[in-house]
Amino acid sequence: MTLAQQRAFLFLVAMLPLLLLVTAVSLNVGATGVHLTALWQGDTPGNGYADRIVLTQIRGPRVVMAGLTGAALAVAGAVMQGLFRNPLADPGLIGVSSGAALATACMIVLGGAGLDVAGAGIHAFITGSAWFVPIAGTLGSFAAAWLLYRFATRGGMTSVSMILLAGVALGAFAGALTGILIFRANDTALRDLTFWTMGSFAGATWSRIGILCPFLLVAVWITAGLATPLNALLLGENDARLMGYPVERIKRLAMLLVACSVGPTVSFVGAIGFVGVVVPHLIRLVTGPDHRLVLPGSALLGAALLIAADTLARIIAMPADVPVGIVTAVLGTPVFVWLLTRAHEREVPA
Amino acid sequence: MILSLHSASWCAGGKTIVHEASLAFVPGQVTAIIGPNGAGKSTVLRLASGLLPTTGGEVRLNNVPIAVLSPAHLASSRAMLTQESALRARFTVRDLVAMGGRVSAPHMMASARLELAGLLLERVGLGAFAERDIMGLSGGERQRAHLARVMMQLEAAVHDTDKQPGFLLLDEPISAQDLSRQHLVLDLARAHARRGGGVVLVIHDLNWAAACADRIIVVHEGRIHAEGAPEQVLTNELASHVFGLQNGQVCRHETTGKPYILPHNMFSNHS
Repeated sequence: MTLAQQRAFLFLVAMLPLLLLVTAVSLNVGATGVHLTALWQGDTPGNGYADRIVLTQIRGPRVVMAGLTGAALAVAGAVMQGLFRNPLADPGLIGVSSGAALATACMIVLGGAGLDVAGAGIHAFITGSAWFVPIAGTLGSFAAAWLLYRFATRGGMTSVSMILLAGVALGAFAGALTGILIFRANDTALRDLTFWTMGSFAGATWSRIGILCPFLLVAVWITAGLATPLNALLLGENDARLMGYPVERIKRLAMLLVACSVGPTVSFVGAIGFVGVVVPHLIRLVTGPDHRLVLPGSALLGAALLIAADTLARIIAMPADVPVGIVTAVLGTPVFVWLLTRAHEREVPA
Repeated sequence: MILSLHSASWCAGGKTIVHEASLAFVPGQVTAIIGPNGAGKSTVLRLASGLLPTTGGEVRLNNVPIAVLSPAHLASSRAMLTQESALRARFTVRDLVAMGGRVSAPHMMASARLELAGLLLERVGLGAFAERDIMGLSGGERQRAHLARVMMQLEAAVHDTDKQPGFLLLDEPISAQDLSRQHLVLDLARAHARRGGGVVLVIHDLNWAAACADRIIVVHEGRIHAEGAPEQVLTNELASHVFGLQNGQVCRHETTGKPYILPHNMFSNHS
């Protein structure tokens, strides 16, 4: 390991306590004053008991959901940027976000009205259950990613630029369909949909996290083997192929990774912007382009950042819950612009 | 080890770029592929490397079609320097070179890989640049860093498996080099052949081709036009027919006897 790599590695190790600190702060602050000590003291009915319920059933899952989502979005962003060799690539590029948005809009707008026909019982089951919207969103995101993959693959070769162009087209088309649904929606559905597009962790529960876990485990498993091949891909597909990397397989795995990490999280918590673009960028400033450092670094910082953003979202307008997507966009945009101007200054020779 | 093309063709968009090329490359020999712009030289090299799948005929390594070989196996038997790198990421020069041996030498320790990378950087004259950012280098230096990465791929495989050095395929390896570095790069190619590896290079400078190659292949309009020792291939007829050089003259070097082409009276016609 060279000196620069050792420094970068230490930086990653130093981020673990940061993540723990953010987690502890996030558990501690909120609409009701609750102390972390209730976790081990409040085991008898009384005031401490209520505190413990708040911690384990409300804030706990919320913090874990925020952490997992932040890590998933940031890693997916880093992988997309490696695959497209473009620092501005976003996990949404392969259609997962627009697919999830369309499916979610379908469920929210048509779910109520359309299923009336099938009988009051089914209707109550569907709208009463908090599951159908996210499950539909996940299916929508996978369908969109699969469609793009099939479209961009000819004779066993997937064209990355085709994914990019077709992704834009698919996004526009799905956006238009979502627009039609919004046009048809009643006020309640409209409100639900609007809040979904701004993202929130208010609905986080342990069982939802349980559903998310298998997808994220697949993503982690793929990520572990993808760092070195992504480094090679930075040299271009031809050079990576000549060096012995199975380039088509890497592209397939990268798309599967993004679908697995972004699709379900976006479906559960809504669209949260900027984490996928800004976090890997910040990490690269410290670690350099090596994905063996960028991927774990993005996971750690993405988790810490979204937990912090969610904490802010909870306390800015207490007791109201500001959608976390607003917080990440308001904080993320200036950072993003700063990164762009900084990169621009570095590219222009003095 | 032998790398061979058997009536290998490549068509794209209804146009035949390479038409039924049959060639064999052997270890211990430097082969230069020459020809005018757009003749199909690089395509021949890309077919030989397996980067392009043939649309007719096939390419074999030790008589096994390379289409059935695993990318990793192929990587330990041949490495190729492409004309342009798409790399924009800020790796250090040493990390870039070490990357060349990751797949071709899977059992090699990371520290040994970095050490070998440093050694190869010395050989291409970039020893002092090992810890520098690759994007901060000049075009010629970057080309030599990539050459070191490509050499790394084969050297690491030799180190890892004790097998014979593989084929070094170089697409215009001296295009960005000054005169002394042109000599350095071609000297490295010759050294690779001396150690029992094979070298195939696409080159525009006919005089360098004649000076360093054991064998010259002339590609003209997608076909193998001529093949043989430099003395046999480089003739006045070739200069005028293939390269359209009407006033050129093929001479012999006084001491080495190697042919060289001297264009003269080239510009007087225009005045």
